[in-house]
Amino acid sequence: MSNEAAIMEAPELQSEPRRIEDATAVQEPAAKRDEPMMMDEEQEGKGHTVGDITAADPVISVRNCNVHYDDTCALKNINLDIGRGEVIALIGPSGCGKSTFLRCLNRMNDTIDSARITGTFNLYGEDIYAAETDVVLLRARVGMVFQKPNPFPKSIYENVAYGPRIHGLATSRAEMDDIVYGSLERAGLLDELKSRMDDRGTSLSGGQQQRLCIARTIAVNPEVILMDEPCSSLDPIATAKIEDLIDELSRNYAIAIITHSMHQAARVSRRTAYFHLGRLIEVDATDKIFTNPGHRLTEDYVTGRFG
Amino acid sequence: MEAEQFGQHISRSFNAELENLRNEVLRMGGMVENHLDMAIEAIVAGDSELGLTVAGQDHKINQMEVAIDEECNRILATRGPTATDLRLIVAVIKAITDLERVGDEAQKIGYLASHLASNQEPSGHYRELSELGEHVKKMLHDALDAFLRLDAKDALLVVEEDKLVDDEYDMILRQCISMMMEDSRTIRRFMDVSWAARALERIGDHAKNISEYVIYMVHGKDIRHLELDQVRQEMGVE
Ligand SMILES: Nc1ncnc2c1ncn2[C@@H]1O[C@H](COP(=O)(O)OP(=O)(O)OP(=O)(O)O)[C@@H](O)[C@H]1O
Ligand SMILES: [Mg+2]
Repeated sequence: MSNEAAIMEAPELQSEPRRIEDATAVQEPAAKRDEPMMMDEEQEGKGHTVGDITAADPVISVRNCNVHYDDTCALKNINLDIGRGEVIALIGPSGCGKSTFLRCLNRMNDTIDSARITGTFNLYGEDIYAAETDVVLLRARVGMVFQKPNPFPKSIYENVAYGPRIHGLATSRAEMDDIVYGSLERAGLLDELKSRMDDRGTSLSGGQQQRLCIARTIAVNPEVILMDEPCSSLDPIATAKIEDLIDELSRNYAIAIITHSMHQAARVSRRTAYFHLGRLIEVDATDKIFTNPGHRLTEDYVTGRFG
Repeated sequence: MEAEQFGQHISRSFNAELENLRNEVLRMGGMVENHLDMAIEAIVAGDSELGLTVAGQDHKINQMEVAIDEECNRILATRGPTATDLRLIVAVIKAITDLERVGDEAQKIGYLASHLASNQEPSGHYRELSELGEHVKKMLHDALDAFLRLDAKDALLVVEEDKLVDDEYDMILRQCISMMMEDSRTIRRFMDVSWAARALERIGDHAKNISEYVIYMVHGKDIRHLELDQVRQEMGVE
């Protein structure tokens, strides 16, 4: 069975009426034009995601998300909620659009000229893409941790203090200390780094740098933390620490994590979303995705079969 | 879900491992079937020597169980299987436990056969045992066949069959009791017969268990302790 055929095989599972807001603006890229079957599916609003795209207590709610880079369609009609206190893992083969999706959520794609984004993106019901949205504030509320740790070439203290300072979260040095030490503590770094607060962030080990970046992200009290392969350059010990940290943080934040490690996804997340060729194929409880997925493509991916 | 699926991994050595594992389970299944066959033959024909031979061979089955178990552990540790692959491994680990128990029951029947044969009774008395034996042999065979073909529907038939085996066992037991009440000199002998019937009935249970693992493998649903109607409904079978 071809992949496209398998996509169409997905049983219908419509949890909410779809709004096609800007159907005319979404052009199929040239390369996809020779697949009329698939276009029909899409126009009829079929070929939907298997499972349940909704969350009981959504922090972020995305509907009809389409992203193009120039003429290339990177995401097709994605619908997904991210709930409060949940960790959702985004998995899928390289190039399927995971990072693109994550970047939509805090408008990191704004910086890419060729990117064209349609759909609705809400953070606690507020439109993320509204004209009056303060993007700097948005990126504090929806923080991001990247694949390669990227501390500033400044002291450890300054790395964490930077965000709270520009957002005016501390009115005194003592308050700032509280925020910085508290964030390092929650990132599991305080004991290791207490005596080195003036060292440069860049002088730390990779795993420490990544946890420093997480401390920096949580220092500004985010509502959502987005992580794009946060452990891919870390050893198993540093990875285990980050995973514990994710566990810890999930009590207070909604977390979306991209990972290429099936077992990491299985370990850290409660829900898992499987992307394939720009489509969201299946979203369900992580246990289900890894023991008995509902879609053939998900099954092929998580078991390491030829797609 | 089809059996070919286990050969479609990107990693060819993983394909080979799973293929090999399935073959080993079937090889063990074949050996167990063979032992059961001989044990039933021994008891029905009153062949004491055959009975002892079967009983003496049981350690081979035990060794196979240990070897397959180790291989499953190795695959779990090195491959971290998911979805169908994970369900296959879990089903194998459980199925070989049941197969090993079938081997134990066959051994028991082998000893009983040699014991009974020394009583020099006409074999005609064991006709019911022979029927029950054929019945559970077929159940075991069908269960292993469904395991090989990943055929949940056939597996369900085996599950359903177990009820009949239970009834046959009850019947034999009642017969044995009435015989023993009639003539107390036969008590030893009919105790043995009822033990053998009990062993066969247990083998039916193991075949049923194996079939339930097949359904778990295919549908990802644990049907143990469910009513059959409920199972049929869950599987979408009339
Ligand atoms: N800045 C960009 N300009 C043009 N095309 C892009 C850009 N970023 C991503 N793409 C394209 O969009 C598609 C999705 O890319 P994306 O980075 O979201 O994939 P991904 O799922 O994160 O992959 P990976 O697992 O390799 O990180 C790819 O085909 C990619 O080539
Ligand atoms: Mg990416």
